[in-house]
Amino acid sequence: MSGLHSAAGRFVGQSVLRREDARLLTGHGSYVDDIVLPGMLHVAFVRSDIARGRITRVDVEAARALDGVHAVLTSDDLNPRVESVQMQPTMLASMPGAPLRPLANGDVRFVGEPIVLVVADSRYIAEDACDLVEVDIEQLPAVVDFERAADDTHNLVHAELGSNVAQDMAPPVHPDLERVLQDAPNVVTATFHQQRQTNVPMEPRGVIAAYEPSDGALQVWMSTQNPHEVRLACARVAGVPEQLVRVIGRDVGGGFGQKFFTGREELTVVLAARVLGRALKWIEDRRENLIASNHARLDRGTATFAVENDGALLGVFLDHLEDCGAFPVGGTGATGGFVGILFPGPYRVPLAGFHTRAVWTNTCGRAAYRGPWMFETVAREQMMDVAARAVGIDPLDFRRRNVVQAGELPYTSAFGMTLDTVTPAETLEQAAAIIGYDEFRVEQRRAFETDGRLSGIGIGLYVEPTSMGMMDPLSTDAALVRVQPTGKVSVHLGTGSHGQSIETTMAQVVAEELGIDFDDVVVVQGDTEPTPFGRGTGGSGTAVIAGGACRAASAEVRAKALDIAAHLMEASPADLELADGRIAVRGTPSRFIAWAEVARAAHLDSAKLPPGMQSGLEATATFKAPPITWSNACHICTVEVERATGIVRVLRYVVSEDCGVMINPMVVEGQIAGGVVQGIGGALYEHLVYDSDGNPLTATFLDYLVPTATEVPVIEYGHVETPSATPGGHKGMGEGGAIGSPPCVFNAVADALALVGATVTRTPLGPTAVLGALASSYTPAP
Amino acid sequence: MHDDDIAVTMNVNGERRRARVEARLTLADFLREECALTGTHLGCEHGVCGACTVLLDGDAVRSCLVFAVQAEGARVTTVEGLGGPDGALSPVQDALRAEHGLQCGFCTPGFVVSITALLAENPNPNDQEVREALSGNICRCTGYQGIVKAVQRAVSS
Repeated sequence: MSGLHSAAGRFVGQSVLRREDARLLTGHGSYVDDIVLPGMLHVAFVRSDIARGRITRVDVEAARALDGVHAVLTSDDLNPRVESVQMQPTMLASMPGAPLRPLANGDVRFVGEPIVLVVADSRYIAEDACDLVEVDIEQLPAVVDFERAADDTHNLVHAELGSNVAQDMAPPVHPDLERVLQDAPNVVTATFHQQRQTNVPMEPRGVIAAYEPSDGALQVWMSTQNPHEVRLACARVAGVPEQLVRVIGRDVGGGFGQKFFTGREELTVVLAARVLGRALKWIEDRRENLIASNHARLDRGTATFAVENDGALLGVFLDHLEDCGAFPVGGTGATGGFVGILFPGPYRVPLAGFHTRAVWTNTCGRAAYRGPWMFETVAREQMMDVAARAVGIDPLDFRRRNVVQAGELPYTSAFGMTLDTVTPAETLEQAAAIIGYDEFRVEQRRAFETDGRLSGIGIGLYVEPTSMGMMDPLSTDAALVRVQPTGKVSVHLGTGSHGQSIETTMAQVVAEELGIDFDDVVVVQGDTEPTPFGRGTGGSGTAVIAGGACRAASAEVRAKALDIAAHLMEASPADLELADGRIAVRGTPSRFIAWAEVARAAHLDSAKLPPGMQSGLEATATFKAPPITWSNACHICTVEVERATGIVRVLRYVVSEDCGVMINPMVVEGQIAGGVVQGIGGALYEHLVYDSDGNPLTATFLDYLVPTATEVPVIEYGHVETPSATPGGHKGMGEGGAIGSPPCVFNAVADALALVGATVTRTPLGPTAVLGALASSYTPAP
Repeated sequence: MHDDDIAVTMNVNGERRRARVEARLTLADFLREECALTGTHLGCEHGVCGACTVLLDGDAVRSCLVFAVQAEGARVTTVEGLGGPDGALSPVQDALRAEHGLQCGFCTPGFVVSITALLAENPNPNDQEVREALSGNICRCTGYQGIVKAVQRAVSS
């Protein structure tokens, strides 16, 4: 690790080992499938094996007759109960979206769509019963190819919506942009395809729902990133008042966006539990997760750059198309608006425009996956290399020529977005220095000329809008900081940590703010009952927003503690400071009172409190984030392409990033690494494939290839710490690793292939694709 | 309970366990449901992800691909059986913590068992051997960085 730590505190800025680890390492975590309730029954779904068709018959009699089966529910049993209920997420209730429904009703719209819900004594029996359900479907032509979906006015995914176009945005194009895209000295165009992928949390989705008729209470355990949103959604769907709904998600085995909103199956199980009055458990299996949870990333973009002969960008335009599938959870699932306005990225681009369309198809729905709009970085960074080659400038120098420099900040983009405390130029130089860019260029040329070896280097440079405060309720988090009579502290957050180390990092923040020991602070989260309403965990928002709330609540607690201490010590609160579990007179450390003594007085000895002060020592505070807190990073990697097999090996991988003040550098680097490897998977291996009838062909881990330890390089880090304007100076960084890596790896492969004049435009760059590219531009090795 | 259930006896983490089970019950479900040892996780149920890895007579196996009745008379060790008393971490568990080799923790029990089995067989593996040995376990959070380092740390400790 290189770089500087400008603001390391006693706990903030330290690589404190994680609170979460001991229970998870010893098998004592509490994931949803680990919960067993008395009398609990098990759910399995009968799913469509047809992408588009009319349901002509559903016969559940044989299934109902099976020993151990308690109920077999169809759409007739469930759907009418939620006809006037919004199944979409609360914050998107008024936005366009797919016509969600619990079970398929009358027709099916993708392979994997749930048709029948079976309830049995065990999962084994429930699956036996699923095999006994007979469903007849009259197959209809499926809309599978997203590039042709918009033009298909005959076959509609959602007949009630009247079109396969889910979104079409085309902001007016500035006449000057039109002119430079015609007349510039260099006008370069290329089209890139990114393939369908999915999040692959190692723990698939799961839910337990228990409705207690006697008191009308609904208790739900769910694998979720967002317990308070789940609570709202369950209250609506089950028709149970929100105050009687409790949602718990203690340990959550990854999500990466998949579990940010509440899935259709989870809500259907909750509804069934309400109808049957029995505790139900549904644990998704991997096949279901791969074909029916959510998909992501299926995009096409045609980028056009107008470039001056000296390499200066004059204007850029992106024509973007994305696939929403059939039933995205979260509006349309479309990200194109963000893709468009973020397309200029960290560069000085005077003129920019875009057109984006999203289409419905008879495939699994699109949802957020770590950096949901990241195609802006894919299209831009891949195009930067294409344009650099077209004008004969090295890709690093081309970026140097155009990247926004420190002296130009704040810089407002053509779309009115203002970059402030970012360092794209600095991270570009730091990453290039760490990897030894110039030395690699020499070695690359030598290896090619002497041995015919194909190696390449690629860059992915981006700015990332994190912790976005422009859309409620994602803008705001709340924290309750509660000091116990002993002085020990609990921090209550509405977060849904699923690997982010929140139990550790937020304890670091509060311990720092209160000047007490890290071990004296515990974080309570993943449960709606003991926590204030919160935004959940996602969108790279915890450090800034939950952290801001922790600081705000800590400040209130601290102020009261200082008032009490000042009263007891006959000093002025302004003269006191908190550190090491003591409140001391600044400059006279021998005059102090223990933090625990103040806490004791606050709870147990009101006579010691200042006149008029009430007992207790706790505070709940909220923090609303500014519209955008930008972070930024530069990824550079080197690869070797084996000419005989088409296999790509990543040799070195460097990330230089600026997420402001790091709360826990170990956690920061862990988040980066996870994202980078997901992106390597996206660039080289992962591909959800459908045949032309809409049948998914990659429904196991033998077909959907996520990276293992043998495919990944050692990741090297550089840090630039430029504080943001938010409390603590943090910036979000959970998603960035997955944003920068796909184009970085793509560019490195393209750079290697360019040695022999071969080109690639789509991912994944597996052996077949690479061999195809090599064959189509065969040049004998020198 | 069915008439054709089969009696099975095995030693799990040092305790004798007896039950009558369906022939099709997997070892993973036996451990999770009959023994209430929920540290063994199911990430794919088709033998690829490795989250359900346990030791069967000392060998690392995927408990989703083994039927409980196949473990008749066997010695089974799960992640719960690898730490010390009072929650003390084993050297492998401790190394994973020190190197941030886990985030969400779902795949972690499988890695703990696989690494334990690797080091029992080869106390001093090189980097390539480590990565090959871990290639049957999928982690989606860490990018394997801390996991590989943890093996190296456990080797040198």
